[in-house]
Amino acid sequence: MANKGLISLDELVGQIGDGAMLAVPPDYSGVAMAATVSLIRRGVRRLHLVAVPTSGLQAEWLIGGGCVSTLEAAAITLGEFGPAPCFAEGIRAGAFVMKDSTCPAVHAALQAAEKGVPFMPLRGLIGSDILKHRHDWQVIDNPFSAQDPIVLLPAIKPDFALFHALLGDRHGNVWIGRRRELMTMAHAAAASLVTVERIYDGDLLADETMAAGCLPGLYVQSLAHVPRGAWPLGFADEYALDADEVRRYLQRARSPDGFRSYIADWDRPGSHDVVAAE
Amino acid sequence: MTDLPVRPEERLIAVLSGMLAGLRHVAVGNASPIPGTAALAERERSGGRLRVTVLGSRRFNSFTDGGRELFDCAAQGRIDAFFLGGGEIDGEGNINLVGLGGYPTSAVRFPGSFGSAYLYYVVPRVILFREEHTRRVMVPRVEFISAPGTSESRIYRPGGPHALVTGLGVFDFDRSRRRFRLRSVHPGHTVEEIRDNTGFDFDCPDGVPTTADPDAALLAIVRGRVAGQIAEVYPQFARRLFGAAAA
Repeated sequence: MANKGLISLDELVGQIGDGAMLAVPPDYSGVAMAATVSLIRRGVRRLHLVAVPTSGLQAEWLIGGGCVSTLEAAAITLGEFGPAPCFAEGIRAGAFVMKDSTCPAVHAALQAAEKGVPFMPLRGLIGSDILKHRHDWQVIDNPFSAQDPIVLLPAIKPDFALFHALLGDRHGNVWIGRRRELMTMAHAAAASLVTVERIYDGDLLADETMAAGCLPGLYVQSLAHVPRGAWPLGFADEYALDADEVRRYLQRARSPDGFRSYIADWDRPGSHDVVAAE
Repeated sequence: MTDLPVRPEERLIAVLSGMLAGLRHVAVGNASPIPGTAALAERERSGGRLRVTVLGSRRFNSFTDGGRELFDCAAQGRIDAFFLGGGEIDGEGNINLVGLGGYPTSAVRFPGSFGSAYLYYVVPRVILFREEHTRRVMVPRVEFISAPGTSESRIYRPGGPHALVTGLGVFDFDRSRRRFRLRSVHPGHTVEEIRDNTGFDFDCPDGVPTTADPDAALLAIVRGRVAGQIAEVYPQFARRLFGAAAA
């Protein structure tokens, strides 16, 4: 992977073309919200969005922006804020293909891609209507044991993994700590695009303590320095979810015009504290 | 503050925590403030012997291998109990977390199945929990089976439903008979009321007891230490129920 180094947010998301398969993490794991808004404003279309394994505000906004043609997810939820309006309306209208899944199925299918194998077996699922509607999944007899049906899931191979992390260095290494679903996503994807809260001055892999929690630059195509890049979602110990902002969004998202103007006006706090040229 | 009257939520917390006694590890999934509070309360009562994993928590999360680790742990039998809800729940323990009014273009869409289509099969003690107990939720047959209550014998299934706890009462689930049996009715409610609000048949012994109130020790734990703990993941819930104690 040619590491394109540290670039601007717009350059970063500019690499995600129409029709791309995009893997994104759940709300508690480092969601690149600033990048998401940039993507919506650019008017990206026909994304195949894979929530690893669930999503919230990010999927909601991408759907509201008309960017998604296929959504694979175990759930879309805004947690204590109630139903996600654009998601619910998109489902009603059939605005995108919904591939309902279950959390471990998304993880397992990404693990297949990680290993370069075509599929992964998974327990559970038999007798669920999820399986009934997933024509891309199969049930086989366990070849090692009689009378033991088991589900096979084809590998999910995203074009891009997109997420927000705490630290990145100039070699493209990204510190993710224990949020290792990001590692699985990044391994499975052809390329990773990462926004980071802070730039680490040095080489993250040179420090054995930091290296254990690092996604190496070999998977990272581009990195952009975006402080508060997960806002209004919370991010690790850095900042909490901005509940007022989520409520503000839900107010304005009551109409399509309200949604459009919300995205047009969106401006994360501190974004005008210019990050010096890097 | 233990002299405040018992709130309905606290009664549910007590029922759920009682179902976790003696276990090693309970995991709590999405949108589960009452089960999360119950698990943390039982953890306190067990002196920390019960390990509690709360989705979305940084403090109550021992996993270091990402989102998959919970499921891998569960598949190995390392998770003893888990909670599931349902937009719809039927008398055979099937749950619908996907939606109503057609699929995939549901008129009413729920968030989705989360890990239910897996954890329901592999976690030995799955406790179904839903506060709303109406014929809208407790239906004769779910519209969409996110996860079935029971499976044919040839399907690998060490796990499944253990009980159903609602705002009206507590049911046990008999896996061989694929039926619920009413265990207790919460104070202020009746068996008749439960029947009127349940769309499926269930077994009902003569003289169903009233659900016991939490004792003072449990209330003190819940309103004290645990109120602050659950606020990490469910701040709005904690503020509403416990007020300043959750700060």
